[in-house]
Amino acid sequence: MIAAPEPLLKVRGLCKHFPVMSKGIRRRQIGVVKACDEINFDLMPGETLGLVGESGCGKTTTGRTILRALAPTAGEVLFKLPNGNSVDLATLSEAQLRPLRPHMQMVFQDPYASLNPRMTVRDIVAEPLVIHKMAKGSELDDRVSDMLKRVGLKPEHRTRYPHAFSGGQRQRVGIARALIMRPKLVVCDEAVSALDVSVQAQVINLLQDLQQELGLTYIFIAHDLSVVKHICDRIAVMYAGRIVELAQTQALFDKPVHHYTKMLLSAVPNPDPDVPMNMEIRGEVADPGNLPPGCAFSPRCAACTDACRKIVPQLEEKSPARFAACYHPDL
Amino acid sequence: MKNENDNLYPHSEGSSSRPPPSSRVPPQDHVLDVRDLKVEFKTEEGILRAVDGVSFAMRRGRIMALVGESGCGKSVTSYSILRLIQQPGRIAGGQILFRSKDGSSVDIAALDEKSEQLFHLRGGKLSMIFQEPMTALSPVHTVGNQVCEAILLHQKMTKQEARAKAIAMLGKVGIPAPERRIDQYPFELSGGMRQRVVIAMALVCNPEVLIADEPTTALDVTIQAQVMGLIKDLQQELGTSTLLITHDLGVVGQLADDIAVMYLGRIVEQGPVREIMKNPRHPYTLGLLKSLPSLAMNKARLPSIDGTVPSLNAIPPGCPFHPRCPYAKEGLCNVGAPPPVESINDRHAVACLRWREVEGAAK
Repeated sequence: MIAAPEPLLKVRGLCKHFPVMSKGIRRRQIGVVKACDEINFDLMPGETLGLVGESGCGKTTTGRTILRALAPTAGEVLFKLPNGNSVDLATLSEAQLRPLRPHMQMVFQDPYASLNPRMTVRDIVAEPLVIHKMAKGSELDDRVSDMLKRVGLKPEHRTRYPHAFSGGQRQRVGIARALIMRPKLVVCDEAVSALDVSVQAQVINLLQDLQQELGLTYIFIAHDLSVVKHICDRIAVMYAGRIVELAQTQALFDKPVHHYTKMLLSAVPNPDPDVPMNMEIRGEVADPGNLPPGCAFSPRCAACTDACRKIVPQLEEKSPARFAACYHPDL
Repeated sequence: MKNENDNLYPHSEGSSSRPPPSSRVPPQDHVLDVRDLKVEFKTEEGILRAVDGVSFAMRRGRIMALVGESGCGKSVTSYSILRLIQQPGRIAGGQILFRSKDGSSVDIAALDEKSEQLFHLRGGKLSMIFQEPMTALSPVHTVGNQVCEAILLHQKMTKQEARAKAIAMLGKVGIPAPERRIDQYPFELSGGMRQRVVIAMALVCNPEVLIADEPTTALDVTIQAQVMGLIKDLQQELGTSTLLITHDLGVVGQLADDIAVMYLGRIVEQGPVREIMKNPRHPYTLGLLKSLPSLAMNKARLPSIDGTVPSLNAIPPGCPFHPRCPYAKEGLCNVGAPPPVESINDRHAVACLRWREVEGAAK
């Protein structure tokens, strides 16, 4: 019997809290911002998981904490290595993490800010290999040229500097830099948000092609729901630092269960003027530094009851493969 | 040009096999008529023509959207209408005719930069909402100060009256407790609230034309929906004619009545929103609509537009879009002058020699 495939990544109770300090010379801690709180999910190899939500919901913090760009406050991040062993990224030291870094990479949002303007494209793309001493000399050059070709750039672009490229081409350089290590896990943090529509489509196609060719697993962080719907297998919707709903993409869009997901989906404007949208939305996004007790969405929620205002609902499986953190899910 | 007032697309005259569109709308209905507008920027690489012969008409009380990707000249067009183009840029030609409700009409492009008349129009009868609510507001003045400034500059009112009017306006744009908020500074407000303040500033003098440059781009989806609802409500309530500048076709589909699509400084297609969204005739419009990942579509390869937008100092000959166009034909599209604007019916016009082949391709 073939064993069921094991997740590449298991995230359990992951928290990242930032202290809020008082002003003045004696800086005391006066509060805490729960940027990401009790995050749980599994990620299967080859899967694309979308993290969506509005600004300040903690989706970027979650992505960065998983990769240990930030040190988590609590929780486990179990990452399966190619040799079959699992390690908890959350507890490793920097030195222990270093050999694991090639397996997990990140593509950043702003293609103008994430590339060093004083390095050539060759140096930018080769840098990870040089740092990890994985290639040098002609092998290094060959791998850079090969990677540039894969992302749709020409090898002769190697000697140019980032300023000579358009936004879409720069994002391709950023993708080449992330993928040259042959990672297993790639976190794409708003990787297509800064691009124009026609170029955005090209980069989305590129990411999907590379996923097929190289067997990549993506965590795709974005605020644009139509992009997420297009590229993701499963979607986790975040609100005020917590996952409020996690489901298969189609199921989530067909019938959202959490009231926040419903609100979010109803607010997406459709280019077709005959598909109506909801322009009457109540309230504003909760401030993660000053959350209400209980469910953070309760002040804006039509289905809110007393129970919602007391205890934070946990993410539970409400129907098969369908998780929601709500006392009154719309099943 | 004879009888120019009756023509919605003055540029198309004489260049089309069809007769110029007869106007069902009297010209009094056009609050703004932009004709053959050209804007140039002097740079080290030579003169760049960011807007090259743009013509469109805005009808009173409607929302018209100017759509395109970055660098297409949509913002430059809108800035020219308020004469906000600064050195090294200049308006190199064309007319911007503004017809006021009282029947008077003025060519904004011809006004002197320091004239009293321009000063009164700008911020008074024509005003603007800017994209970044944080940079559009002064961080060292209170909200009330900034809203009242607009009132005191353009209307004869005492400070107390202006303050009362500002409070009423802040309430109208959906700011809770406006009498308290008016004394706060922009940093004390959330992004959505700041954008509402910017809208209140723009609307407080009851302008006839409102230019909204990417008014929701910096906002989250749910806040965007609220601001869109606000713009629509205000349009219906106050009858403001709005020029909406955006790259987001979703926002356009939901808000606009008419669309003009721009590419490399030219309008390539314009018409009513339903017609353009459902049956675009220009290959660029079609490509833009198809490359949108839509909520209705299932996971498949996105049809994208090949290549990238060329730079303004290397505009291809013939149709500027031909190197990226799947409909382009050797010897037809890549030679000569850019294709003229041709009318399909009296509201819909397109600048493509092969639009008949594109027809129906979106279905």
